[in-house]
Amino acid sequence: MQSGIAVVVAVSVSMLAGAAWAEDIAPGDVEFADGAVSAALTGKPGDAAEGAKVFVDRKLGNCLACHEVSALKKQLFHGNVGPSLDGAGTRWEPAQLRAIVTDSKKVFGPETVMPGFYSLNVGVNVRKDLVGKTILTAQQVEDVVAYLETLKE
Amino acid sequence: MNKNLVLLAAVAAVAVGVAQFAYADPVSDKLVIDGKEMITRAPAPEGHPFKEVLSGWLFREPETRALEADSFANPGMLYVERGEEIWNTVDGAKGKSCASCHNDASETMKDVGAHYPKWDAETKRPINIELQIDKCRTEQMGAEAYKFDAADQKALTTYIKYQSFGTPVKLDLAKGDMQSWWDRGKKEYYTRTGQLNLACASCHEASMGRHIRADHLSQGQANGFPTYRLKQADMVSLHNRMRGCIRDTRAEMPKAFSDELMALEVYVTWRGTGLSVETPAVRQ
Ligand code: HEC
Ligand code: HEC
Ligand code: HEC
Repeated sequence: MQSGIAVVVAVSVSMLAGAAWAEDIAPGDVEFADGAVSAALTGKPGDAAEGAKVFVDRKLGNCLACHEVSALKKQLFHGNVGPSLDGAGTRWEPAQLRAIVTDSKKVFGPETVMPGFYSLNVGVNVRKDLVGKTILTAQQVEDVVAYLETLKE
Repeated sequence: MNKNLVLLAAVAAVAVGVAQFAYADPVSDKLVIDGKEMITRAPAPEGHPFKEVLSGWLFREPETRALEADSFANPGMLYVERGEEIWNTVDGAKGKSCASCHNDASETMKDVGAHYPKWDAETKRPINIELQIDKCRTEQMGAEAYKFDAADQKALTTYIKYQSFGTPVKLDLAKGDMQSWWDRGKKEYYTRTGQLNLACASCHEASMGRHIRADHLSQGQANGFPTYRLKQADMVSLHNRMRGCIRDTRAEMPKAFSDELMALEVYVTWRGTGLSVETPAVRQ
């Protein structure tokens, strides 16, 4: 009885994990065309509410370090290294937003200050525990893109 | 359909943004401490990316600026006093203090710190104040070198730098191989590090005057070091500060006094040529 349940749980967990892996596009395989990435990075549509969390989390997107967003006035300290993201969902197509968040250098050029959030094109001497890792997961990028789409003018 | 136009407009908006964020401009106040006017703006030396070099003081909040302007309130002055005590205290096997050989620091160390790092012919590399102190301690006093950022190291460095208070920073790059260390420092300054893929220049040159979170980005000048940091409620050495900036790019930090950080110290100090030594400066 008990071991039967354990087996079922184990199988379904590994299926979930397996499903996520199989459908995520690896950072090196993302296809950019004309400053856009048209194919979603995962099989699961982006969740704007999750994206908002990733956006403000200082350990994840930390997007407010460099961008102002009027809708997030409650959060302290919006930086202005980059432009305000008010209306970003009107200015850009989803595929362009995906490209900007995935690897902004492919859109704005190599000199941009904005980090690539799903790219292994990184700086030298990366902290050892982060080698080979991207700042965000593919799903987090999709979620952030979904959130950016809600920032309409 | 009109995405290209929109993109152009967005780019223009970014360019206009520089002028728009008036609150991000460095202030135009004068810094006068104990009746002495500090040089907080100086024409940049040849080969510098900016026309004018600006002290970090110009970028700080009014309360932080006021604290530095008032030497009675500046907590960094306690470290100057502590440094003077160490200067006069015997230490090591040879029974000597710094004063045994150098006497009155206000005369023998006057303006010395404004010209560091210097070329050290013996070790054939640049030497900064911290390393010069260690050199005298080990070779002249029979004492041990300080551990990096030991409280006494910071106090003594602050005391020696303070003997150049107000004096413009100027390095002699013609001595020894100083020029090649400057070259290396420049290379490091523009090299992007870490998972965030940022160089010193990404923040202190390309984004100078902007805010990153709550921090108003300055030119990242070295003229106030060691500085009193309110956040840490302590003196912070230049190598500690540079290591912190590198850590924030999610990179491994180079060791204090490593070739990499010594080269950066030479180059970063040069980028502040003409600014007054402000030690002990106050920063947030
Ligand atoms: C270190 C600073 C920095 C961080 C952190 C940062 N950005 Fe940016 N971002 C920039 C800069 C600078 C630009 C302007 C592009 C350029 O010309 O280089 C930009 C541009 C953008 C744009 C296009 C703006 C427009 O509408 O024209 C979007 C969208 C954007 N960023 C989204 C994000 C998101 C989402 C995050 C967090 C996941 C983020 N950024 C984090 C610096 C940053
Ligand atoms: C026994 C004598 C002696 C003692 C004690 C001594 N020094 Fe020195 N110091 C020297 C000599 C000799 C030089 C020049 C040669 C050299 O660079 O080592 C020097 C150079 C210096 C310089 C560089 C001055 C310049 O013009 O660039 C500084 C700074 C300095 N000492 C600081 C100290 C401090 C701080 C102490 C105490 C911790 C100390 N010294 C103790 C002999 C001494
Ligand atoms: C992610 C942005 C960022 C990067 C990259 C960065 N710094 Fe900083 N740095 C800061 C911030 C923020 C401060 C505090 C506010 C200020 O003075 O700009 C600071 C302060 C400094 C200061 C102190 C300035 C003063 O007036 O006391 C120095 C010196 C400095 N940085 C040097 C460097 C060097 C050298 C590098 C490259 C190795 C570097 N920084 C990289 C963000 C950065």
